[in-house]
Order: sequence, then C-alpha cells, then structure tokens
Amino acid sequence: MSARLGFIMLVHTALDRAAQVARFVAQAGSPLVIHVDARVPEAARKTLAESLADLPDVRFCPRHRGEWGTWSLVAAMQSASTLLLAQFPRVERVYAMSGACLPLRPVADLAAWLDRHPDTDFIESVNVADVNWTKGGLSEERFTLWFPFAFKRRKWLFDRAVDLQRLLGVRRDIPDQIVPHIGSQWWCLTRRTLDAILTDPMRPHYDRYFRRVWIPDESYFQSLVRLHARRIESRTPTLGKFDHQGRPHVFYDDHLQLLRRSECFMARKIWPGAGRLYEHFLTPREAGSDAEPQPSRIDRHFARATAQRVRGRAGLYMASRFPGKNRENGKTAEPYSVFQGFAEVFQDFEGWLAAVAACRVHGHLFAPHKAEFAGREKVFTGGLSDSASLRDYNPRAFLTNLLWSTRGERQCFQFGPGDTQGAGFDLLWFMATDSNAQISLISGAWAVPLYRSGGDFAKLRREAARLQRIEMQMIEILQSPWVRARIRIWTMAEFLENPAEPLQTLFDEIAPHAQARLMRIPDLVDLTGFGSFLQELRNQGMQPVLMGDFPQGPVSPDPQHRMK
Amino acid sequence: MGRLGEVWADYRWRKRRQRLLLRALRKRHEIRPVIDRTDAIRPGDVLAFLTLRNEAHRLPFFLQHYRALGVRHFLAVDNASDDGGDGVLAAQPDVSLWRTQASYRASRFGMDWLQGLLMRHGHGHWCLTVDADELLIYPHHDSRPLPALTDWLEAQGEAAFGALMLDLYPKGPLDTATHHPGQDPTEVLGWYDSGNYTITLKPDLGALWIQGGPRSRQFFAQTPQRGPTLTKVPLVKWHWRYAWLNSTHSLLPRGLNRIHDADGGEKPSGVLLHTKFLPGIGDKSTEEKSRRQHFGAPGEFDAYYDALAAAPDLWHPASTPWRGWRQLEAQGLMSRGGWG
Repeated sequence: MSARLGFIMLVHTALDRAAQVARFVAQAGSPLVIHVDARVPEAARKTLAESLADLPDVRFCPRHRGEWGTWSLVAAMQSASTLLLAQFPRVERVYAMSGACLPLRPVADLAAWLDRHPDTDFIESVNVADVNWTKGGLSEERFTLWFPFAFKRRKWLFDRAVDLQRLLGVRRDIPDQIVPHIGSQWWCLTRRTLDAILTDPMRPHYDRYFRRVWIPDESYFQSLVRLHARRIESRTPTLGKFDHQGRPHVFYDDHLQLLRRSECFMARKIWPGAGRLYEHFLTPREAGSDAEPQPSRIDRHFARATAQRVRGRAGLYMASRFPGKNRENGKTAEPYSVFQGFAEVFQDFEGWLAAVAACRVHGHLFAPHKAEFAGREKVFTGGLSDSASLRDYNPRAFLTNLLWSTRGERQCFQFGPGDTQGAGFDLLWFMATDSNAQISLISGAWAVPLYRSGGDFAKLRREAARLQRIEMQMIEILQSPWVRARIRIWTMAEFLENPAEPLQTLFDEIAPHAQARLMRIPDLVDLTGFGSFLQELRNQGMQPVLMGDFPQGPVSPDPQHRMK
Repeated sequence: MGRLGEVWADYRWRKRRQRLLLRALRKRHEIRPVIDRTDAIRPGDVLAFLTLRNEAHRLPFFLQHYRALGVRHFLAVDNASDDGGDGVLAAQPDVSLWRTQASYRASRFGMDWLQGLLMRHGHGHWCLTVDADELLIYPHHDSRPLPALTDWLEAQGEAAFGALMLDLYPKGPLDTATHHPGQDPTEVLGWYDSGNYTITLKPDLGALWIQGGPRSRQFFAQTPQRGPTLTKVPLVKWHWRYAWLNSTHSLLPRGLNRIHDADGGEKPSGVLLHTKFLPGIGDKSTEEKSRRQHFGAPGEFDAYYDALAAAPDLWHPASTPWRGWRQLEAQGLMSRGGWG
C-alpha cells in the first residue's frame, strides 16, 4: 500500500537527520526523491548519498541553489516530482516534505488515510484576495510587482524596489487563467493533478510568470492546482504552525507527548538536536490505527506562546517586557479599589471592609512614614518592603508589583492628599488612566483627622490649606478627559447625608457575586463640633470648600443606622 | 535637532566603544595563559567566559550546570586565587585558563580581560559572560540545551538574550547554612523575592535598569538608588566589535541592550540565579571591604559589607521557595516569549 505513496524531500541542513527520516520512509516501502540544496558541500552530499545507498527506492534529483523566497525552491520541487513520477509509475500520491519534517505515525497509516480520501489533493490554497495572514506586508503585491533582489541578503534594495514600483504604479499582468492562491508549501497531491501541472502546455508561460513572483513556493502549486484538481482539501497535511512573524514554530523533546497525542502524520519543523523525538517517532511501530489527526491542542499551545510574545501579560513589568506609555495592554494586572476619605469619616473602615468583602484591605499604602500593608506587615507578598524610601523610589512600580503579586485577590487601599503622590501626581495619573482602578473620593474628609487631633490651630490651618490645595489638584486629574478608571466623587456633606447608598454601590462592584445586602454600615466617627472647626478655619482666613455645605451644627446620621 | 542629536549620540557611543576595545587590547598582556585549549573550539560552539577569585567550592556545580546546558568551552581568567580553584580549572579538558595578579578594579572588574578574550575567541559564537556565582536558567532549560535556544534566537533575528539576576538566600542567618562542593546551590539557598523589582529605562542607552530584591530591601532601604543593578545580558552572539560597557549589565553597540519589548509583548528572557549568599559570604565581605576592589567609590559600601559580615537573615514569611523555572515564569521573572 505504501508503495503507492511517494515522497519528495528538500534538504539543506542537518543532513544526518534527513537521512534518518529518509530511511524510515523508504523502509516502509515508499519511494523517495531527495533534493539536496546546491549550497550543501559536496562531501556532505556524498556522505548522505552513501548512507542511503542500500535503499534502492531513494533517488536524488538535479540540484538547485535554494534561496528563501525565490523560484529555486519551486524548481527543486518540480525536479523532484518529475523524477519521482517518471521512475516510480506505481506512485499515485506525492507528499512534499523537508528534511526538518518528522513522520509521527507509520507511513502505512498515512497511505491508508489517503486511500480513504480518493482523488483528493491536500494543499492549503487560499485566494490571495481573502487572506490577511501573509507576513511581511505583501499579499496581492507578491503577484503584481517585480522582485529582482533577494529579501534576506538585500533587504534594503528589496524594500526600495517595492517602494519605487508602488510609486510608479507598476502592475504586472497575471496570466489569464491564474487566480493567485497562496498557502503552505508542504502538500500532498495526486499523480493526476501533479502530472497535469507539470505537463501543462502552458507551463513555460506560467513558469516565466512565477519566476518573478515573491515566495513562489507558497503560490505556484497553490494557484495551479486550482486549474487541474478534481477535489481540493485546502489544508496542509503537515502539522506546522507559524509565529507572528511567519517563522515556523520548532518542536523539541518536551513536545513529545503533545505530538504523540496529535495523531498527525507529519510535523515540522523539528530541532535537529531533539534526539528523543527522532528516537521515539522513528522506532518502527505497528500500523493500523485509523485515528483522525487532531492538531488543535498543538495549535492552542503555540497560539498561547505567540500571544505571550505579541501581547504579553497585562500588568507585568520585567526584564523582557517594559511597555511604553499606553502600550501596556493593561496597565495593571487586576481590578483594585482606592478609597479617599473613607477611613477618615468611618471608624475602622479597613476592618469593616475586610469583613464584608472578600478582599485584601490595606491602610494608606502611600502614607508618608511607611506603607501601611494589611495587618501592618513589614514585608508583604512578593517581598515588598514597608519602607517609605524604597516605595517612593518608584511608587508606580510599587503599585504594579503589588497588584501583579496578588493576582486572584482584590486589593483595596486608602489614599489621600497627605500621601506620596509621585512627581507631578504621577501615581494618581497612572491610576486615573487605568481601567482596573476604582477610585472613590469623599472630598474634604482629610479635615476630620485635623479636627480630631487638636493642638496648635495655626499649624492645623496651614496643614488644612496644604491638603485642600493638593486635593483640588487631585480632583482636577480625576475629572480630566483622559480618565479610564471608574471614579466617584462626593463632597463630605453629600456623602454623609446618606452613606449607606454609595457604600452599597461600591460593595456591589467590589464583590459582584456576594448577593447579600450590607447588613451594617461602619460607624461614623464623632463629628460633633466639626462644623464649628470649619467655621474657625474660615475665621482664620482659610476657605474650606471641598467639604460641601457642611451644616454648622452637624446633623449626623444615626451612628447605629441599619439598612432595611 | 532630533536627527542631528541622534547622529552625534551615535558618534559619541562609537568613540566610547572604540576606547573600550583599545583599553582591552592594552590590557591583554596582564593575563598569562596557564593552559590554552582554544584549538578545540569548533564553529557554532557555545562558549562561556568568566573571571573569578577564590571560587573553588562553587566551580564543580558551575561546570556541571553549564556543561549540561551545552557549553562546549570555558575561557576563565583567575585573579590571584589562593584556594586551589585554578588547579581545578586547569585540569578540566574543556577549560582554557589565564591567570593574573593585576588589579580587578583597574580592569573594570575583570571586563577588560574578558573583553580581550572575547575579541580573540568569541567572534561568531554565542558567548556566555557570567560570574562563578551566576547560574543561567531559561524557559525549558531542563529539556532544551543552549544550542536550541541560540538557534531559535538566531532565527528570530536576536543577537542578545537578557536575564534578571535573582538573589537566592537561605532561611536563617547567612552563616548557618552548609554547602559542599558540587552540591546544587538551590538546595542551600532555597528562597528568593518574587515581586519587588523596580525598572527604569535608561533613555540614552536604551537599556533597562532593574533594581530590588533582598539586598535592596535589607541593606539599601534608605538609599534605594544604590541598590544592586540586576539587569544582565549574559548571552550574546559575539562580534569582535562589541564591548561590555558596565560589567555585564550593558554593552555597545546600544541596540544589543534592547532585550525587552516596548509594545506590550514579551521577549524571551532568563534568570541568572545568584548564589552569592552561600556560606563564606561573611568572610568574603570582610575581605572585599579591605581589598576595595569592588563597585562604587571606595568606602561608599562599607556599611553594606559590614551588614553582610554580620550574617543577617534575609528570609521573611513572604519569601518564595525555589521550585524551578516554571514558577519563575509564572511569576513573571522570566518569559518564554514566543518560544512555545
């Protein structure tokens, strides 16, 4: 059965591995024609030929000098196919592979599988008008421009030639019958189709055209097959994924289980040093499994790696990922809550929040003397120190580190105008433009601790003026048009009118799955006399405005207020 | 101005690089070959370059680690060791050894000596430049040796591979652990800090400046700007024109420092496991303090050496136990990039 399946193999490096694979294929009874790149030194070619001399059905075809993206690869495939079809008349299917391909299942299984799909050509062939996955920026232009310069060796000339032709509006004529299609160069065609392509009376005309197409090995057979095939199954029979730059993913020893479970027939490309893969898959095994190839697991594996390369992990800043401004794909790792003024108007707000919502509640993380971690730890998750000088050396990194290290657990912390702000309010700008941030601010609440502290009033007055100035700037930032955080601002007077409602809203956002209504809101601090304190500030010439219209004789809500 | 400024900057960096290369050429006579086996180097071999002083107890595992990763030849400069380490090295079939009594400090902490060796033997090879207390690991290092990595990097068009230097430490005072030669240091130094690193971009050089870790936390809390630099470029496809600029933290031409992605993606990177805190660090610190051969203005780091000599305990409940590269990658300390 395997004798009806022939292989052509293109090799240019790792000839010893290619020889192993060739032997495996030939010993299964399949004829094989090898094209050795003309750049391979004669000695190496001879060694390869000698090592396979005992296999009568392994032949070598005339050699071409392969250069990536050029006609030579098509020429090599033509030579090899022509020789194979001529010398092995029993061959009904031709499978194109490279020296870096590895058969994952017995050749007989592949032959049997092909027999179950008679008259079908397996070749990825996608109309170039419909693709968006070509790499290198050229898709249709591959067919309508001229490419006199090698892409890899003469990149600059290559690019200028393209620019110039675009400028001049150069447009080559595509031969009438041809509709440009592209796809992987590793295919499996029927003798009938391949023969029709190779013996087409128009072939010299087509060849002349494709000689000047860019990367013709991805389009020659893929386009011509459309003229001759009876039934096209547009997919490559070889397992092989490409990364975001169009370079093939490489298989190593640790992919063995993935490859084994894929049930695919052939994979590329294999790292030549992957000894375990070669040993495992080239050990003769019992044929007879009719399992269908399942490449999806491997596809997902590489898709994840590509996503990590291209988009990275949100909120991660590290040695090989340091996104510039607005290139972060997520400034921080996870949603977090910033409370300004809450710890000032409620008694033990931290303890209350930690009890009602399943999240980590810190104090003022950016307090001037030290970082107030939950439980006032000296060193927090990830090794973050509570030292203010370490934190203030790079406050933004402090925040992103904390959020990265605590992924899976929501972080809440207190903030205020007395805290470290970073140069030019750097920290607040960062949070305000971060869609993960939930910032809730009760304006003017910083005055409560001042009022409760007592002491030298002139000093209090100066401090009040300073904090008010800072908080006004903070509010300005939070109201700027660039804001992406979820921001709520109340004046203190507004908030105290009915604290239960805003608290419930915040709670719902922090713990969306906790169905419970808040049973109890935290107790307010004693604000008796706060109105007079504000009046005294006014009397001393300072104008406290951020608290809103705070009544002189405060009508504090019932501290034991309970939700309905 | 922008364009002109760029040209001017390029010119100045080129001059700087040429000066560094000349300096290395001048200093090449400071080192004397003990045994030169560089004839054994074959095209495509991965090479390792190191300067060392009194690291005899680290050498057996160091050699074992890098041989397992596929390093084919070690080129070592011994700076006046008196612990027999040079003898150990000279006896290895894959080591070429040079020896010098000259000043480590005046040789830019050994970089001038290595620069000369790199120029002569490193050209066209992927070269590791590491210290004896640095063990490079990277994603999949347990199943894919360095040639697998370098083949892939080369296909990606990369010429350098970056790493974070990760300080490993024991639980308990530094002088209470025991380590015998050949033992895997992670068995003794089983802990590290997973997430307290700060990064600044050096705009002129295009390099990242990473600081943090247990040393910053413990010894430099009041002066974080003096905290150790943890950026490393340990693996480079060497060209004789390249020059180390600041230890192995950065090099010229500047483009080689671009080991990070700035558009949100992750380039591949590794971690240099730093085994500085193996037993003996206390004595070593006392010696370093008196030799004044190390980084920074002499005297500036005396307090640091004193603190180290007092055998502090770097461990805390938030320390992370060492569990291998998969955990380091999950914690974002290294990345496979697109190397799936």
